Amino acid sequence: MGNPNVGKSVVFSRLTGAQVISSNYPGTTVDFSKGKMRLNNETVEIIDAPGTYSLEASNRAEQVASDIMKEADVVICVIDATNLERNLYLCLELLEQNIPMVIALNLWDETKHLGIHIDEKKLEELLEVPVIPTVALTGEGIKDLVEKINDASSPEKIKPTSQEGRWIEIGQTIKQVEHVEHRHHTIRDTISDITIKPLTGLPIAIAIIFTAFWFVRLIGENLISYIFEPLFEQVYRPFITSFADTLGEGFLYNFLISQTYGTIDFVESLGMITTGLYVPIAMVLPYIVAFYFILSLLEDTGYLPRLATLVDNIFHKLGMHGYGIVPVFLGLGCNVPGMLATRTLETRKQRFIAATLLSVSVPCVAQTSLIFAMFSDEKIQGNLSYAPIIYILMVFTTLLCLYFIVGYILNRFIKGESPEIFLEIPSYRTPHLKTTLKKTWMRIKWFIKDAVPWMFFGVFLINILYTIGVIQFLAELFKPLMNTLFGLPGETSIVLISGFLRKDLAVGTLLSFPAGTFSSFQLVIIATMLTMFFPCVATFAVMIKELGIKDMLRSVLIMITVVEENTIENKSLST
Amino acid sequence: MEDNLIPLSSLKKKTTGKITSIDGGHQIKKRLQAMGIYDGTYVSVKTKQPFHGPLTIEVRGTQMTIGRGMANKIRVEVIE
Repeated sequence: MGNPNVGKSVVFSRLTGAQVISSNYPGTTVDFSKGKMRLNNETVEIIDAPGTYSLEASNRAEQVASDIMKEADVVICVIDATNLERNLYLCLELLEQNIPMVIALNLWDETKHLGIHIDEKKLEELLEVPVIPTVALTGEGIKDLVEKINDASSPEKIKPTSQEGRWIEIGQTIKQVEHVEHRHHTIRDTISDITIKPLTGLPIAIAIIFTAFWFVRLIGENLISYIFEPLFEQVYRPFITSFADTLGEGFLYNFLISQTYGTIDFVESLGMITTGLYVPIAMVLPYIVAFYFILSLLEDTGYLPRLATLVDNIFHKLGMHGYGIVPVFLGLGCNVPGMLATRTLETRKQRFIAATLLSVSVPCVAQTSLIFAMFSDEKIQGNLSYAPIIYILMVFTTLLCLYFIVGYILNRFIKGESPEIFLEIPSYRTPHLKTTLKKTWMRIKWFIKDAVPWMFFGVFLINILYTIGVIQFLAELFKPLMNTLFGLPGETSIVLISGFLRKDLAVGTLLSFPAGTFSSFQLVIIATMLTMFFPCVATFAVMIKELGIKDMLRSVLIMITVVEENTIENKSLST
Repeated sequence: MEDNLIPLSSLKKKTTGKITSIDGGHQIKKRLQAMGIYDGTYVSVKTKQPFHGPLTIEVRGTQMTIGRGMANKIRVEVIE
């Protein structure tokens, strides 16, 4: 256990070998993870708890931490050695609980750069528990830590006291163990200052976000055209073609390869081993790689809390506070982690607004990459009067406006408190390329393990439904609705229905229509609708878990209303 | 002496104050305290966001961002 952003998760992965995500901002871990470790020839369970400043929780993630503590036999209290004073508060609270404890003085290497001298032996003596300096990132001190777990103790002398009492104790302790040299203003401090001052910070923030997205698109596109597409076209196509030939026409062919006999199109064929593999691997995965690499870089530097400070004002109008930007950022990768990140917000109202807005107007990488793919498709490009980027921007601007409008309205109508921002700003750290790459890789692995099977399942289900005629039936049923309500060709219904199962597949369905079926404006509407319209199955499940059934249904209701309102507006615009 | 007592939100940038009182509810006080902000603590203001945006302050070597409303409830004595 420990304060937020002290490296608990890094210590945890060092101890257990398990891989968990860590970043340089408070609240990376919002749930606990369990891992196993060998100790004295026995297997023991280690739990990584979310960070908290106090056992008296102020948000759900902190509640998780203080609940977990009650189950522990031994507590490893991880302390940020550069912030000893503040970190000792939780330590004292924990010691009062009479649970045997060891202290890991993490980020030990940083103290040297900062001119902080800590007498760890003295601290050990004063607190009467083992204190071990560690640098979890490199693994320094971890072995000692493991050995000392056996010596964990709960000193008798620390008695429960008031909050003031604890701070007095801390003050006395600090005087005896810590000595801080006078520091000069470093480059790091200067960068920290200019990125948080409104005058320089806002332009920098806009520049950083644009550069980040530009990089994501650049990396993603290059990965597709130089690696993934050639792989599918030159290696996989000959194989699949000969396989298709041996298979011959029939049910199996329709199911595995394509609904229509003939040339295979990886995007439109909708076969299990054609589209079912191509969409997640060649269209979405490259952007996943690019996005998570850039996000991981941003996270590890410690920039996000500064961004949260800068945008606090805007988010306040939406009933949240600046930290509401974190779920958005994570949600741009995948809405599932985004939903989990809403736990760092304090009240039900804030979490509800954040989660609803996330599912309504934050496209995940899968959606974004398909919006990219959709407008860069040759067949569609023939129909466009401007460059594809214009349409992509149109979709994103609409989504951004929606985020603000819906948030503003929700804030007006939802009862509940919206506490103000209160957030620690960590010092900048130079990202460790190896750690950043490892983190990117972990997230990619997560995507392959958790998202790709869903996509596969989606194609599977669509194929079954198609073969038995359910999709055609539903599409016919909703055709009039598409016309009257949204001003879209009736054919759109089939796109949206497949989008319900897996949005990623909707584009394939969309592209299988002959060129010219949709006007460029209608394509923008469809792309926007696909993003807003229902979260995917996985997000849906997390939403129920996080919000509860009742709030989730309310959220869905809002979603449907917004989709309708928006398309009606668009319709009147386009006519 | 009295003139020296102002809300934290009015403390000028790059100046330091000593907290004399916090008149918030129990909940707010508890949260601030867990972060080491209570009577007698020295606070300096790093930056203020415009339009009643949050303040970034430094307490015990840690920087944190705190909402304007919360900062209004913290009274400080100007030191330098």
